[in-house]
Amino acid sequence: MDSVNNTLGSDPYNLIITGVGGQGNVLASRLLGNMLMARGFHVTIGETFGASQRGGSVMSHLRVSSQSDLSPQIPRGQAHLVVSLEPTEALRVLKDYGNADVCVLCNMRPIHAIGVISGEARYPEPDELKQWINDLSRRAWFVNATEAAMAMGNPIFGNILLVGALAATGVLPLERSHFETTIRRMVPADKVAANLTAFDRGGQLVA
Amino acid sequence: MSYLIQGEAGERRLFMGNEAIARGALEAGISVAAGYPGTPSSEIIENLAKVSAERNLYVEWSVNEKVALEVAAAASLAGLRALCVMKQNGVNVASDFLLHLSGSGTRGGLVLVPCDDPGALSSVNEGESRHFARMIEIPLLEPGNFQEAKAMLPYAFELSEQLRTLVMVRSVTRLSHASGDVTLGPLPESAPKAFFKHGGFILDPMEGAVLSAPVELKHALQQEKVAKAAEAFETCPFNTYTGPEKPEVLIVTSSACNLYSLEAVRLLKARERVGVLKIGTTWPLPPRFMEQHLRRADKILVVEEVLPFLEESVKILAAELAPVIGIKQFFGKRDGTIPATGEMNPDRVVAGLAKALGMSYAAMPEAYAQKALSAAFFGAPERDLTFCPGCPHRASFWTIHNVLQMDGRQGFVCGDIGCYSLAMRPTGFETLKTLHSMGSGTGLASGFGMLQRFGFDQPVLAVSGDSTFFHAVLPAMANAAHHRADITLVILDNSGTAMTGFQPHPGLAVDAAGHGVQALDIAGICQAMGAQVHVCDPFDLRETQECLLSLLGAGQGLKVLILRQACALSPQKKGRKLFEMHIDETVCRGESCGCNRLCTRVFKCPGLVWDAKKGVSRIDEVICAGCGVCASLCPAGAIAKEEAK
Repeated sequence: MDSVNNTLGSDPYNLIITGVGGQGNVLASRLLGNMLMARGFHVTIGETFGASQRGGSVMSHLRVSSQSDLSPQIPRGQAHLVVSLEPTEALRVLKDYGNADVCVLCNMRPIHAIGVISGEARYPEPDELKQWINDLSRRAWFVNATEAAMAMGNPIFGNILLVGALAATGVLPLERSHFETTIRRMVPADKVAANLTAFDRGGQLVA
Repeated sequence: MSYLIQGEAGERRLFMGNEAIARGALEAGISVAAGYPGTPSSEIIENLAKVSAERNLYVEWSVNEKVALEVAAAASLAGLRALCVMKQNGVNVASDFLLHLSGSGTRGGLVLVPCDDPGALSSVNEGESRHFARMIEIPLLEPGNFQEAKAMLPYAFELSEQLRTLVMVRSVTRLSHASGDVTLGPLPESAPKAFFKHGGFILDPMEGAVLSAPVELKHALQQEKVAKAAEAFETCPFNTYTGPEKPEVLIVTSSACNLYSLEAVRLLKARERVGVLKIGTTWPLPPRFMEQHLRRADKILVVEEVLPFLEESVKILAAELAPVIGIKQFFGKRDGTIPATGEMNPDRVVAGLAKALGMSYAAMPEAYAQKALSAAFFGAPERDLTFCPGCPHRASFWTIHNVLQMDGRQGFVCGDIGCYSLAMRPTGFETLKTLHSMGSGTGLASGFGMLQRFGFDQPVLAVSGDSTFFHAVLPAMANAAHHRADITLVILDNSGTAMTGFQPHPGLAVDAAGHGVQALDIAGICQAMGAQVHVCDPFDLRETQECLLSLLGAGQGLKVLILRQACALSPQKKGRKLFEMHIDETVCRGESCGCNRLCTRVFKCPGLVWDAKKGVSRIDEVICAGCGVCASLCPAGAIAKEEAK
């Protein structure tokens, strides 16, 4: 096993994947968890499922460590990395788990809450969101993963593009070969090639 | 082959807690598993069903939890190992049989796994199953990490067979739905034969008739079994201590709280000052083991979720042991150190531990916390839960809500358990006015429907999902039909147990393992009870509205409206649009229309958003599921639907 401290800079390393129910949070967290486990780390993941998924804010807490008895909930203020499938959700997570050293990878495609749709609340402008996220993090990457996935023919690939983008940032030791072995176990054989393409295109988003 | 049975003993796997429990049951050599779906428990039976052919199992989604426990108990009485799984609420449903089963005893190993939901993340209460173990006098185990979630199952089956009693292994959301690494053990090869011996002497536990009488004798026998369990727990490997020889504070904890406690000790950098006593055998506590560890410190902090179950047991022992271990200072629920509602997390434990240690802890620098709070306040609008885009329930409640408004007699709807419980909220136009347990909507409606002699004249509706219908609505409906209660039951038939992931129910022609089975006809059952029955497609707003309006005026007796349309996430629909939706921006008049933005301000489907800049509605093509319902709402005719290719 790699030493967690040498490879990740911190033990445990705390990653939060956030988004809106239905965006594929759970798949992304399992994928990343298995990729990091293939690398030899111990991985602990905490998820929200069920009712809380129906159009609500969802989070997966992923912890990478040299040991296994970690809390599936990351303590307040202790995130090292936030991957956000929806930009306002990044702010919601930073409020509870952020700190001056956190990194953020953020997909900019908005999903309007029903309070926004009905007009009771206002959805912020992209530039405002970027400024807040930049202010609250050490380093932030903003990508249009959903649009890139639609260009591939299906928005469902958005989370795979984001995993590819995350690998390309280099903040975590995520290797393409581990992606390939993991995704082969998770999707039908005829979907593997498209997922590999999505992973690679995701990498280009932060290049 | 399922991931669950791939790989050799000794290999490490990333398993969800529920997968670890399922794997543990397989390593224990179970033959039968039964349950009823409920978050956070459903993946256990689901995963076992996937391997039922390879592992020669019988796995079923039973009609409800009481029947599931009866099905599992039958296997035990026939000499097989059997597992029964449910969410906490299911234990309430099964509790009548549970008490009798504790009295009658078991034969083949029988383990009940309830998954509790502290904080009610996917429930409408935060009830607990632990208290049942004490009340009905059966041993209770609680895994304190993912490896134990697997390893406790074989242990529990052995214990069940040694004592001939049901054993409870209780999980919680943050174990069941969290993932961690688990080392695989071997899968046994066995081919047990099922046979129910009933010809022996009536008090012979292995060959006589099975019942909980004579009560006093059987009750005393059950208490002997509990005493033997306490003895076995003295050396149980799941009870562990980590920390210095003489800590200042001893944390006594169990379940997911073990992981939070270890985290809290790390965050406070208090490894030299605090010990963590993790209890895997929460009831009955092993007294000598407890004595040995309670001696260590004068301050005891009990960390657990919701009610002070462990705290009370520890305090009883500490009172009895006071002459040998001395007087202790306790921190926990009773003194308010640990909250008695909501789920725990590392920060809540840090707060409690800091108090016991006389320390302070700040999770975030104040300046960052203020800045982040302000950004989230202005930048992250609240995200209320919604029905999914394309969900038939949105259309159903749109009609129900509108019909009640048109009817004008202050009618109301008694709610029930499922995704459609969300109709309490704006996404379902706040249509539901009561919400309790499975089947209670129809039971309450049956009662309201008999109040006319007291001047009651409001129309009464109840809703039920198709799975809930079989689970607990049937008896309530029989009651309403028999007494001619004046109610309308709307059955929201979306072809599966949608909320928990499309598990089959008796209305479908398929079972847990995917085999063809007899499907029971909901409409036929309702007709046989003498109800007036109508079936509509909720996506056809006009027809549904006319039908429901006529039912509200149809006079005394039980009326049933079945609204049949598959869930948008169902395997047959998922990812496929019925229609491509378009909004003609030149036709949409926005705020000036006079429709009060019916499609966005009122209907509120996440697939249909308001473009504030242009002042028109717009389809979000990523979110829209293409159900086509919104096209029939727009008075200006701006929303068009086109058959999807």
